[in-house]
Amino acid sequence: MNDVAPDKSIVFEDVSKFYGEVLGVNRVNLSIPPGITSLVGPNGSGKTTLMNLMTGLVEPTRGRISVLGLSPRQPEQLFRRLGYCTQYDSFPRGLTGYQFVYSYLRLFGCGHAKARELAVQAIGRVGLGEAAERSIASYSKGMRQRIKLAQAICHNPAVLVLDEPLNGLDPLIRAETIALFRALAEQGLHLIISSHVLHEVDVISDQVVLLSNGYVVAEGEIRGVRDEIQEHPMQILIRCNQPGALASQVFLHDYVVEARVLHDGMGLLVKTRDADRFYLLLNRIAQNGIDIESVAPADDDVLSVYEYLIGTEEPPK
Amino acid sequence: MSFRKLPWALWRRQIAAVVRLELKKTLFARRGLWIYFLAFAPVLLYAAHSFVLIKAGRRGDFGEDTHMFAAVFQFFYLRLAIFFGCVGIFMNLFRGEVLDKSLHYYFLAPIRREVLLVGKYLSGLLAAAVIFCCSTLLQLVALYWYFNSNVIQDYLFHANGLGHVAAYLGVTLLACIGYGSIFLAAGVLFRNPLVPTLVVLLWETISGVLPPLLQKCSVIFYLKSLCPVSVPASITLDKGSLLTLLAVNVNPASTVTAILGLLTLSVAVLALSSLRLRRMEIEYGAE
Repeated sequence: MNDVAPDKSIVFEDVSKFYGEVLGVNRVNLSIPPGITSLVGPNGSGKTTLMNLMTGLVEPTRGRISVLGLSPRQPEQLFRRLGYCTQYDSFPRGLTGYQFVYSYLRLFGCGHAKARELAVQAIGRVGLGEAAERSIASYSKGMRQRIKLAQAICHNPAVLVLDEPLNGLDPLIRAETIALFRALAEQGLHLIISSHVLHEVDVISDQVVLLSNGYVVAEGEIRGVRDEIQEHPMQILIRCNQPGALASQVFLHDYVVEARVLHDGMGLLVKTRDADRFYLLLNRIAQNGIDIESVAPADDDVLSVYEYLIGTEEPPK
Repeated sequence: MSFRKLPWALWRRQIAAVVRLELKKTLFARRGLWIYFLAFAPVLLYAAHSFVLIKAGRRGDFGEDTHMFAAVFQFFYLRLAIFFGCVGIFMNLFRGEVLDKSLHYYFLAPIRREVLLVGKYLSGLLAAAVIFCCSTLLQLVALYWYFNSNVIQDYLFHANGLGHVAAYLGVTLLACIGYGSIFLAAGVLFRNPLVPTLVVLLWETISGVLPPLLQKCSVIFYLKSLCPVSVPASITLDKGSLLTLLAVNVNPASTVTAILGLLTLSVAVLALSSLRLRRMEIEYGAE
């Protein structure tokens, strides 16, 4: 995925995990750089297994994992630099939101004052300040999700692993949480996020890892991944005043496989096997009198890539 | 890293944090109410006994009551109350969190799993010691409550009574240490707590007829050796009876050997648990 030094990235080397005879993930080779990386795939594709492997909650059957140069089998060092917000919607009994985060910080060896300060800070960042003294048992799903997030970020980790972190959040909180993720990524953090909501993945991710049946089927920046999918011609949407004339011109070239006028008659959807040559062609056409308003790729988002590579095992949202 | 360079101060703080978290859960859990009942049932029994004698205006026999206490202590309190109390407290330290799906919070903290194990064990031990040592003391108070204060003073200060009280408290504490370590290990090693509980119960019951070396691998062997008052033959009935088998220690260990033996056994069991815990994975889905 990148050439970042091993002590600055998360590295999977030929990692496999089997639960008895059931495959978790198989032969995974990854190097995840800083920024937001989304793990995308249907249920059972291996997203959570991959997260549990990098945090040492499960051990690989084979292969080696390194998180910023640390092994997941060194919890005393690893979890000072890593926070993990799991998908488990369960909490230690009888704690308030504040006690939950505070107690976790005491496990770090923090004194009372330091733990209190960090807990209040983290709870404030996820917008739960007013509910901090309430029992977690009385929290809504979205609040429970946020208090878990507060616990994961409370010690200012360099790596944040988030398993379906947007589940249960209302649209406003969802937007705020995504903004928080972006801010953290801009600070140089690694954010590893799994999500089913593909349009959100598309908006927030710097790179994606697509998983299917325990295998990594694609990884990298989403546009780079799309470029490598040769069997599906690239779709390009062109807004212009003369779509018919444009269609007749682009059809003269063998790398254009389809051109369809849009319903509103103000544009053209083109499928091409060579996007670079097609863009050069468009430049020439634009100089010859057809007024082209905009040109945009129509299928280099996560949803399209997901459908091309993984198919319709699970309808994406 | 040399022994002295190990981060002892950090581990101490982390253990204290674990104990703080766990103690509240262990001591005040609603699902642990039956442990209180088990622990304090003998207190109610002795209080009722004293009350009936006072009401009837009868004078009790101090020696007989002392032997009755020894019998109840060995047959009921050690073998059932503390045994099953420790099952309830220690087995749940890890097993309960797996069932609650909350163990991963500990596994995601920068804490060595051995340190976590020590913290959890100490919290369980503290809770068990508070409950069962309090009960032991209250049992003695309830038992001797109806005697004249001169008789009690004579017993305490001139007839080794204080020594007996200390010994019973010590045995109670050691029972918590021994059974605690075993059931904490069972909670780490086994998914179904019933099977190890029954196996340990059987082992502890038959330990009296095992070869001397195997007897030393049971907690009750050391506890029986440390009990200050033997159960009289009139209670244990004839020589081959089950009660004799339970109560009599043919070759009791000396006090020092018994204490060191039990502590060594507990440390060995805890060390075994820590090896398993080190490689323990979070797989709630399989529960």
